[in-house]
Amino acid sequence: MYKYDSYDQAMVDARVEEFRDQARRRLEGSLSEDEFKPLRLMNGLYLQLHAYMLRVAIPYGTLNSEQMSVLGDIADKYDRGYGHFTTRQNLQYNWIKLEDTADILADLAKVEMHAIQTSGNCIRNISSDHFAGASHDELVDPRPYAELMRQWSSFHPEFTYLPRKFKICVIASEKDRAAMRLHDIGVQIVKNETGEIGARFYAGGGMGRTPMIAPMIREFVPLDQLITYAEACLRVYNRYGRRDNKYKARIKILVHELGRDEYVRQVEEEFAHMLEQGVEPPLEEIARIKPFFADPAFEDGPKQVDRSDPDFALWVDRNTNRHKHDSYVSAVISLKPVGGIPGDATGDQMRLMAKLAKQYSFDELRIMHTQNVVLPHVKIGDLHALWTELEAAGLGSPNLDTIEDMIACPGLDYCALANARSIPLAQRISERFDASGKTEKLGELKLKISGCINACGHHHAGHIGILGVDKKGLENYQLSLGGSEAEDTSLAKITGPGFTEDGVIEAVDKVTDVYLDQREGEERFLDTYRRIGMAPFKEALYG
Amino acid sequence: MDNALGKSPDEVQFRFRNDEMVDHAAVTVDSCCDQTNATAVRIEPGDDARVLLPFLDRLALIEVNFPAFGDGRGYSSARILREAGFTGELRAVGDVGIDQLSHMRRCGFDAFAPDKPLNEEDAKRAFATWENVYQATIDGRQTIPQIRHGG
Amino acid sequence: MRVLTGNDLKTGDVIWWTGEGWSRHVDAAADAGETAEQVLAAEEAALRVNVPYVIDAAREADGSVRPAHIKDRIRALGPTVRPDLTLKPKDPEALDWII
Repeated sequence: MYKYDSYDQAMVDARVEEFRDQARRRLEGSLSEDEFKPLRLMNGLYLQLHAYMLRVAIPYGTLNSEQMSVLGDIADKYDRGYGHFTTRQNLQYNWIKLEDTADILADLAKVEMHAIQTSGNCIRNISSDHFAGASHDELVDPRPYAELMRQWSSFHPEFTYLPRKFKICVIASEKDRAAMRLHDIGVQIVKNETGEIGARFYAGGGMGRTPMIAPMIREFVPLDQLITYAEACLRVYNRYGRRDNKYKARIKILVHELGRDEYVRQVEEEFAHMLEQGVEPPLEEIARIKPFFADPAFEDGPKQVDRSDPDFALWVDRNTNRHKHDSYVSAVISLKPVGGIPGDATGDQMRLMAKLAKQYSFDELRIMHTQNVVLPHVKIGDLHALWTELEAAGLGSPNLDTIEDMIACPGLDYCALANARSIPLAQRISERFDASGKTEKLGELKLKISGCINACGHHHAGHIGILGVDKKGLENYQLSLGGSEAEDTSLAKITGPGFTEDGVIEAVDKVTDVYLDQREGEERFLDTYRRIGMAPFKEALYG
Repeated sequence: MDNALGKSPDEVQFRFRNDEMVDHAAVTVDSCCDQTNATAVRIEPGDDARVLLPFLDRLALIEVNFPAFGDGRGYSSARILREAGFTGELRAVGDVGIDQLSHMRRCGFDAFAPDKPLNEEDAKRAFATWENVYQATIDGRQTIPQIRHGG
Repeated sequence: MRVLTGNDLKTGDVIWWTGEGWSRHVDAAADAGETAEQVLAAEEAALRVNVPYVIDAAREADGSVRPAHIKDRIRALGPTVRPDLTLKPKDPEALDWII
């Protein structure tokens, strides 16, 4: 894992003091709320329905035991004993006081954490593959490149007041576990025909009210030009992205309106110019960062588990991912207990996960964009002991990638932007499908729920998506089908008129019945939908 | 001066250069391209700074206007002008606050004329916020990656 | 009735204008009537409330106050998915009031 040096630490410490000063000026009244808002947002501090909300960055979703443990301590000390893991691999606290915020940031800084640029119209926390450095199918570990971009994007002087927020994702395998093409910029680390490692760039993806899949804009950027090329992409966006309409300000609209080819032309022109400016960090920098992500000392051990306990065997089948070392797996800790709040964890649970990571996973954890936690390197021989402890703490749900493993945004229970509640739907659906035993029959089925058009719950990318809307003061839910955020990225289509809360739960049940009825062979829900189209589902819902 | 663009020298609150200030109004980018004798120009957020590149030699002052601090196009304009070798005064004017000063300085601004005068102490602290920086710009500062690898 | 609400600047708590000051309890809210905008501006300037706004609400027969929009009812009570963290953790019927 990356360790700060004195320079990284000084940046974060300076930021704490800068924010302390900004908060002081706000509390004294020399900054108005209009002036303060963009500043607090760039430090992850929102004003939500019930209180301030603080979003803490977990760069590319990687953290160590001490950091996870401190996150738990902060939940207990400054919040109400819990936090919420988000679809950006971050953590949110829901009950924060403005007057405590600088102290929280100081506590975070002590363990090399921060809330820098977790909101605001700037480059946000860089996301990545939660199995990076562990999975059997990656080309290289993408995190050194993500770390290079984290540093470059932190307090970038030119790109702090962009037209709108800007999300970058870096992956390094053909399998996309990070919704890469639904980012403002998606970077895939690839090998070219001469065997050289470089970066493939995609730009202009995103969800929100106008979902778009990012087109590829450059097949190969050499590693010693990575930052320069990103800088060119951002400069064109900063200069020409729309600022007249908040809803048309994301880069996806610029790329769409200019057309991919014209955007590429402008970027290439700027890139040629930037190459002469010497903005690229020395190549030694990536060489310096890489060893931080070197493999831990893996040891040979058992390659199979004892499957005599069927509950354990099910959990192993569902919640582990094949590792690059055949004596290890990556184990997913589900934060989706039946009837629970997706992504919430108590302070005690965070400290337990920290302890387990120390014990079983070389001190390392990952946050998934699907709001679960990963122990990336667990010995197959340790799995039973790990599972036993998780089970005892209510963290052993064997439901990864099933309908119970849904994404849900905080919705109208917490969020000032929401139009409808998301969490109660998630709770009721998981209870219903668990009780009926249908979850297992359905296999992989990605359900994603957003409480408003901003799509934090990724509903456009759900095999089944639910969008909460306000219908004359009442909560109403639109159903959509056929989305995917994996390497076969697609956007879901709305089935038709919306439903009440009870109605949409019935509707989810009905569309899963259509699938069970029509599926062929090993087809997933998504495959069946793609083969048979919307009509049979519509017929079942509205016919 | 009512209809004229530009800030008068006494509205400049912070300046990091010693040469004499231009003491007359700036013209718009369009006028600057038409008039061969203009030595001061004001860029609005929507203007393309590159239009000025052929005229940089005769310009002593370029004002970059920030009608609203959240519109960051002026940061790109400033860097583009400095990258093209502009050595005259680059002045940030308009809705310029304490919390924008350090980034503006890094993008090449060397004079500041905020609409609302800023607290001197707060501003002094703001200019000195970052002891070291990650990104290379035209401000000539050694970056953290450069320092790490011996400059 | 027209009710003024916002958040406490320091703590972020949801607060309601009582006619004399601010309360965390929506039932203490006063009808600010035509003076709402004026009070709002003065209170915000004095830093006694943050991001204030005016909502429609109804005074019920029992004297309680019910905001017209579900969002403000959730603000008034707390998250429906965590009854333990609402202002009425021991009232099993509190959640019915939201819908």
